[in-house]
Amino acid sequence: MRNPLAIVAAASLLGTVALTGCAKAKHDGTSSGGGPTQITMWTHSAGNPGELAVYKKIIGDFNASQKKYQVVQQNFPQGSYNDAITAAAAARNLPCLLDMDGPIMPNWAWAGYLRPLDLPTSLTDSLLPTAVGRYKGKVYSAGYWDAALSIFARKSVLDKAGIRIPTVDKPWTLDEFDAAVGKLKGSGYKTPLDLGAADKGEWWPYAYSPMLQSSGGDLIDRGAMKSADGALNGPDSVKFFSWFQKAFKNGWANSDGPIGNQRFIDDKVALSYTGVWNAKDALDKVGSDLLILPPVDFGKGPKIGGGSWQWGISSGCGDEQAEGARAYLKFSFQDKYLTAFADSQVVIPATDGAAAASKYFGANGSLRQFAVLSRKFALARPATPGYPLISTTFEKAAKDIMNGADVTSTLDTAVKAIDTDIKSNNGYGN
Amino acid sequence: MAQTPRTRRTRPEASERRFRSRRRVWSYLVLVGLAVFFLFPLVFMFVASLKPDSQILSDLGGWRAFLPVGEVGLDNYSAVFDRVPVGQFLFNSLLVTVLIVVLGLVVNSMAGFALSRLRWRGRGLVLSVVIATLIVPFETYAVPLVYWVAHLPTLLVQDGTVVYDIGWLNSYEVQIIPFVANAFSIFLFSQYFSTIPTSLDEAARIDGASWFTIYRKIVVPLSGPAFATVAILTFLPAWNQYLWPTMVVQDEKLRPVMVGMQYFFQDNPAWGEIMAYTSMITLPVLVVFLAFQRAFVSSVAASGVKG
Repeated sequence: MRNPLAIVAAASLLGTVALTGCAKAKHDGTSSGGGPTQITMWTHSAGNPGELAVYKKIIGDFNASQKKYQVVQQNFPQGSYNDAITAAAAARNLPCLLDMDGPIMPNWAWAGYLRPLDLPTSLTDSLLPTAVGRYKGKVYSAGYWDAALSIFARKSVLDKAGIRIPTVDKPWTLDEFDAAVGKLKGSGYKTPLDLGAADKGEWWPYAYSPMLQSSGGDLIDRGAMKSADGALNGPDSVKFFSWFQKAFKNGWANSDGPIGNQRFIDDKVALSYTGVWNAKDALDKVGSDLLILPPVDFGKGPKIGGGSWQWGISSGCGDEQAEGARAYLKFSFQDKYLTAFADSQVVIPATDGAAAASKYFGANGSLRQFAVLSRKFALARPATPGYPLISTTFEKAAKDIMNGADVTSTLDTAVKAIDTDIKSNNGYGN
Repeated sequence: MAQTPRTRRTRPEASERRFRSRRRVWSYLVLVGLAVFFLFPLVFMFVASLKPDSQILSDLGGWRAFLPVGEVGLDNYSAVFDRVPVGQFLFNSLLVTVLIVVLGLVVNSMAGFALSRLRWRGRGLVLSVVIATLIVPFETYAVPLVYWVAHLPTLLVQDGTVVYDIGWLNSYEVQIIPFVANAFSIFLFSQYFSTIPTSLDEAARIDGASWFTIYRKIVVPLSGPAFATVAILTFLPAWNQYLWPTMVVQDEKLRPVMVGMQYFFQDNPAWGEIMAYTSMITLPVLVVFLAFQRAFVSSVAASGVKG
């Protein structure tokens, strides 16, 4: 058959016959043999073998424990995860179960990506307050763990410089902290403090907005969630950001990097403001000389960021599948899994029971201090759908100020951007 | 007037030769300098891939960053294989890229041929519309395109029978077909084809050749550099695809290499592994460029196109 027209005609005929003769694929989540209902689960954990191993164990145990549901996991790299979720929502192809970074939950709930978790309150009440995501009075997300920031230091260095070692009950005041950093700079540390300013993205509001809140400012007026005016550009905020700018101008800190805690490990900085995820490595390298210090009290009590990766159920999940997703979540929130997760990833378990069993966060655990800091000082970022823009606006403003921009006008510009976004979205329903 | 013509020519020729020789030496020195300058990132990437993270960072300040000194080894390469299914990702990228390039060469050259050689009403308007689409960035229509491909019909095998379904997400075709037709490639082919004398077409028509025969046996064999240029210009973005596969591929088995890069950016980036992975995925690009570079340079010079 050399005639191209004949080939095209034959192919078209074959295609038509194939299409009309074929059945439509099933999408009810069940196999043709009436097997278990499939629950698709997306995580941001691709490239993290430790985290994936724990998920594999939980999912394996759950699937083996009953025959009604089968959880099927798909993993995405963290850097492209939110884009994948947004695209899946546009294509109406969201999975049933998905994890999300805590502060983005209100935006996704507002956008209709999520449905309320409807987990028993006995379960959600047992978790760290910052491991539970609430929006408009309903729980939309819950996590196995939370992270916490602290100031890493060497006891020998502080003792040598004659600096008081702060405690949870008596943290450093801002004046004390300034004096300590000045002494450390004088003792030979060219840059005594690593604030992590080489990092980017969500790290900026996660790390620095608690300092702002400790000063008395905030990202937004949390009462009405309708304006940042007065909160982000009020006198307390200006005072904090003036200090922030001074820290870089005086050479106490810089944004050279690298990201992480390597400069502290190498003793190139004396104080490192970093997270629990770097604590095990620091403990291995620094040993018993390592101090995990509480955050600085900027005037209104010390604060650290709260709310990390949590689980939600998508609005694309049918009722039967949502039931299965809830069954899986209830199963997965057992203390033994939370402990396994915490010890694998070196993060703070969300329940007291799991923390007690953890080798790091138990009563005698070497990183117990982080659990204490989290319980005492953690504050979640504002639960508003406008948070993604607040986050990027805060990062830009803080970086501009770090680089020498006028504090007051930079904050006023940031407030204007946030308020305009809220207005253009009709207050995000608040 | 007493000088012989021979003497008059010899001295300037010798001087000219010396001048040319000196100029060539300087040219080579500058070119070698530029080559070394442009090779620095590649050398750094490969050397860093052999070092642990702490040493990469401590070597950054000086020449040690470009030298395989200190604690060197292949640990980063083995760690890459532990973290990422690199073989699968390379296969996916090769498959997707080769099909985009090959299908693109066929489809776009045919379109370029129709626009440059055939005489039909509306030809100029169509070419203008094709060129106009070049100014629309992909990011502006990526989300609507996701929605669209998610609702296209497809055939698949389910439980041993062929079934039809709606949606191209999570497939190879969704990574290939939207990128086969390319406005820039069509424009480049049509421009190149218009430099081939139309008298060849006319002679072939008199001999009874069809337009397809003219395309296949006359125009294509005379357009090697154009095909090489389009192949390279199509290969690079296809190999570097990141946003689109992030949006339309959920199954790890179908992901391309660039999405795999994000696997290494955890709380603290694993720089040694990143450099090892980058070395591995850069190799195919270098091979393709070296294979096509002569034709590529010749076509760029001929068409005035800058990639």
